[in-house]
Amino acid sequence: MSDIRKELEKRILVIDGAMGTMIQRHKLTEADYRGERFKDWASDLKGNNDLLCLTNPDIIKGIHKQYLAAGADIIETNTFNAQRISLADYHMEELAYEINLAAAKIAKQAVAEFNAKTNNTVPKFVAGAIGPMNKTLSLSPDVNNPGFRAMSFDDALSAYYEQVKGLVDGGVDLLLIETIFDTLNAKAAIFAIKKYFQDSNKPELPVSISGTITDASGRTLSGQTLEAFYISVMHAKPLSVGLNCALGAHEMRPHIEELSEMASCYVSAYPNAGLPNAMGEYDERPEDTGHYLEEWAKEGFVNIVGGCCGTTPDHIKHIADHVKNIKPRAIPLVEQELSAE
Amino acid sequence: MSLSIKPYSRFSGLEPLIVRPETNFINVGERTNVTGSKKFARLIRENKYEEALSVARQQVENGAQIIDVNMDDALLDGVHAMTTFINLLQSEPDIAKVPVMLDSSKFEIIEAGLKCVQGKCIVNSISMKEGEAKFIEHARICHMYGASAIVMAFDEKGQADTKERKIEICHRAYKILTEQVGYDPQDIIFDPNIFALATGMEEHNNYGVDFIEATREIKRLMPLTKISGGVSNLSFSFRGNDHVREAMHSVFLFHAIKAGMDMGIVNAGQLVVYDEIEPQLRELCEDVILNRNNENNEATEKLIAFAETVKAKGKVEVKDEAWRNNSVEERLKHALVNGITDYIDTDTEEARLKYSRPLEVIEGPLMAGMSVVGDLFGAGKMFLPQVVKSARVMKKSVAWLTPFIEAEKQEASNAPTILLATVKGDVHDIGKNIVGVVLGCNGYNIVDLGVMVPADKILDEAEKCNASIIGLSGLITPSLDEMVHVAHEMKRRNMKQPLLIGGATTSRMHTAVKIAPKYDEGVVHVLDASRSVTVAGSLLSKEQKPEFLNNINKEYQKLKEDFENKKPVKQFLSFADAQKNKAKIDWTNYKPAVPSYTGAKSFDNYDLNEIRKYIDWQPFFIAWELHGKFPAILSDEKVGVEATKLYHDANAMLDQIIKENWLTAKGTAGFWPANSNGKDTVTVNNNGSTVNLEFLRQQIKKAEGQANSSLADFIAPAETNLQDYIGAFTVTIQGIEEHIKRFEAAHDDYSKITLQALADRLAEGFAELLHERTRKEFWAYAKNEQLSNEDLIKEEYTGIRPAPGYPACPDHTEKYKLFSLLGGEASTGIHLTESLAMYPAASVCGWYFAHPESKYFGVGKIEKDQLQDYTERKGISMEEATRWLRPVLE
Repeated sequence: MSDIRKELEKRILVIDGAMGTMIQRHKLTEADYRGERFKDWASDLKGNNDLLCLTNPDIIKGIHKQYLAAGADIIETNTFNAQRISLADYHMEELAYEINLAAAKIAKQAVAEFNAKTNNTVPKFVAGAIGPMNKTLSLSPDVNNPGFRAMSFDDALSAYYEQVKGLVDGGVDLLLIETIFDTLNAKAAIFAIKKYFQDSNKPELPVSISGTITDASGRTLSGQTLEAFYISVMHAKPLSVGLNCALGAHEMRPHIEELSEMASCYVSAYPNAGLPNAMGEYDERPEDTGHYLEEWAKEGFVNIVGGCCGTTPDHIKHIADHVKNIKPRAIPLVEQELSAE
Repeated sequence: MSLSIKPYSRFSGLEPLIVRPETNFINVGERTNVTGSKKFARLIRENKYEEALSVARQQVENGAQIIDVNMDDALLDGVHAMTTFINLLQSEPDIAKVPVMLDSSKFEIIEAGLKCVQGKCIVNSISMKEGEAKFIEHARICHMYGASAIVMAFDEKGQADTKERKIEICHRAYKILTEQVGYDPQDIIFDPNIFALATGMEEHNNYGVDFIEATREIKRLMPLTKISGGVSNLSFSFRGNDHVREAMHSVFLFHAIKAGMDMGIVNAGQLVVYDEIEPQLRELCEDVILNRNNENNEATEKLIAFAETVKAKGKVEVKDEAWRNNSVEERLKHALVNGITDYIDTDTEEARLKYSRPLEVIEGPLMAGMSVVGDLFGAGKMFLPQVVKSARVMKKSVAWLTPFIEAEKQEASNAPTILLATVKGDVHDIGKNIVGVVLGCNGYNIVDLGVMVPADKILDEAEKCNASIIGLSGLITPSLDEMVHVAHEMKRRNMKQPLLIGGATTSRMHTAVKIAPKYDEGVVHVLDASRSVTVAGSLLSKEQKPEFLNNINKEYQKLKEDFENKKPVKQFLSFADAQKNKAKIDWTNYKPAVPSYTGAKSFDNYDLNEIRKYIDWQPFFIAWELHGKFPAILSDEKVGVEATKLYHDANAMLDQIIKENWLTAKGTAGFWPANSNGKDTVTVNNNGSTVNLEFLRQQIKKAEGQANSSLADFIAPAETNLQDYIGAFTVTIQGIEEHIKRFEAAHDDYSKITLQALADRLAEGFAELLHERTRKEFWAYAKNEQLSNEDLIKEEYTGIRPAPGYPACPDHTEKYKLFSLLGGEASTGIHLTESLAMYPAASVCGWYFAHPESKYFGVGKIEKDQLQDYTERKGISMEEATRWLRPVLE
């Protein structure tokens, strides 16, 4: 396995686009989600995209390959909701480990098959996607009881721990905590990762962190400013820190610029394909997304770019083409002592 | 790149706290501590957590930058108390903005706290009291939560009291934390122990000096670490005598901070300023703390003796409710900043009598007050609605003075004049009015020509009033071309004043690419009202103007070049292919719903009480530049108070509008048999005569499986032999003019803008209401629909109501057909301007489509072949088509 840090020194890496958008195109039915194995499962399974890793792995592998062909250097496992807290919606808590293991293997296979078929020698990486969970640790779901929490830190920690184990056992190259709405959830994930590698004595994998600024207030859903968020997760000593989701490139730009000035690690950015239109759909054209990210690259804001909701292999292709020959952001000098002021 | 990142200590709550060299001493609030505050302990014990929160809030309001939370009480379940309190704290943004210091002698209580805080906390504290192994274990856990740690100078042998022991323990802990645990030095905070002084025991007398000197040495050895301490221990001997205690704390901090102390746990509301301590007391404190003149406890005894002579002086918070007692200048300022008109006439009159000329009142106290308002607004400490209220006070005051000024035959003001106008063909002026108010507040003389002003008139008036700046506004897309035209005319007429561009459809890019090249004396796009002030200031300052314009020109030149170089990689289908890839609708099983009537029907004087229920408030707040979702905005941390006020004012006005019949709502809705030709034309049968509606089609190459849509796709093609229908509607809110005039006469911009924004909201609400009735009743294709107002705002209904000129059908000229079908101006009550804007401005129109697969989309850019086809279909010249369709042409 080549070292992702070496690649990041050389060039801007491209991460893949939306998984959900691509799955939607297959117009899958309830039966497709169930497959043979879960045909008698008591609850509805349509929409449980991560389950497709078990019931329809070829579709997922196919999407991975489309992104690889479009020029993605990093593909994300199909595990955004694959921990027991979120899977409880489908009563599938017990499948958490298995889904993550399978998802990691599918992504690794996709890379292997792509490399073999295209004689590709450029390193491709699989990032284990760790999503935000469907419950938050900092916010109360009950307006009348602001001190209430729908789960405890320890619940989140053990759910993430199990997910990390599945992803690492399945062979991912790095871990990506993404779409962070609530920094405390992310801190539980960071804790889980640290603890997993301590317990297992395995070599630590790089960790990338990607938060979500939800609107023009410039804050996360849990209320932190960008800098407060950054300070709160730096103990992960991440490979990269960045932003994804909620905003299109146009709206994300000032935040990425700010982050690029404060981050002592690599910076990633994978915005949505614009803001949703009146029908809740994303209609920013691939070349437009490509142009936005090209400008960020030229400004020296980014090391890893890609797309989130609404982006497609077409978007990724444009992004990859547009940033191809641009120098990556240099990591700022991190001073070790206070110079005389 | 010259960028570098400094090894500062960084903490966070909802907001960051970064300890930079220039950062002053950091106050850590101490009152949320059950061991230190009886009140807080009682509240926690009695389970009154909500009330306990107010203790925390008070600390933050009094300037605490971090709050220390301690639940160490034998009678409490510390883990439970810490968890409950911290969780509650996190839901209070005005408290949670600061970092939390988790304070306990039991590590399990600290860890309970760590599990509840998203920000980067400080753990207070860990130590080597129970040996290295335990210390490392605790430090590792803190590190995994990302917390900074306070290390108390305490080891297996006990708590360090001398300078040497303090330094030795801290240094040992430092090596362990940085070398074995992986701590960054800046995440380590030492507490070298502040002990009580003046206890009467001579061996305690040097404690102050030991702390201060140890601090100095620790900072020399380990410069990135921080020093903290619990300050109130120091004065333990003087319990009950706050006067002396506060003085001791201030004196101690004065010296400890100089030695390098960074933060301390203090009562943030109770620190006296070192310089303001009475000299005798300060001297005595200094002797005790620095252990001077203290042989045989002399200094200690003197301080104790002094303490007995002073009664603890309780501090009374003076709340200034008495602004009416201040000087007239202060009163005018207070009235302006707080938007109070109650006394403005008497105060203005008093000022007029006091100053030698009435003009001096304007140029003196009134301008001084408005400049405070301008500064507060610029600093984000005031919000637009407050500024507009300030302007109302200003205008009232000026109105009082005007007759006297005229009597003196003085120039009203020699302030520079800024001329504002909404360009020809456009009727929207809320934004322009706000800009006028804000600029007016900043001392400019504003000439506002109103709406629909032709270029010649703008430029004639500008010359007549000797305007220093011209500002153009517009909201609909054709206005962009009109602005280009104005710029062009300015150049032809050899004008010199800079041109400002603003309004919803304008952009920096359009200004740079299309307008700026037409005029050389400066064209500047202004994003919103608050920026207009700095822009006007720069343009009117002889010193700043050349550089400002030079920078703008450079920026626009670059934007223009980027734009020209960055033409999107063309991925268009030929028009024929786009038509083939139309929205695939299965007509075989579709049965078009038959409307309950055909032809047009009018709805005059519609009940505003009904319409009111359909108002979407969010755009109302946006009009006031208050951004956020409704109703969450009403409790927003930053703008909530103002938004709530505005909301109440608006509803009160709405009550009055309805009660006193200020406005009337007029609408039309019609339905006609219609079929498409399978391409882009929809043929409408209007009682025997046919009208062809022409639509545009998306031509961008779409992803696999996605259609190149045209609205025509949603109407059944004639070849299906299905009789389909199309609908159309208009709504308008009439009668605003006389009330606007009335508010203008009263110099009440606040009410004027509120009324305009409300009329817009009513028009939009009416459109929503009429659409719902269409779905359920008139056309009745969704009889059983049950949607909340929120769902309506999210457009979660079946069928659509796109308006000509908007993204799905960008050709404004199709409005002629829509209006003609609905009976023209006579029946709709709406006048179409030459740019096809609707007057009254609070009007909405659109087509109705009922098919369940019909959806909103943007046509996007189209190619020449489609343009050619379109002109042929419509029977218009290429030139005319190009003019109207410019926004969708490359």
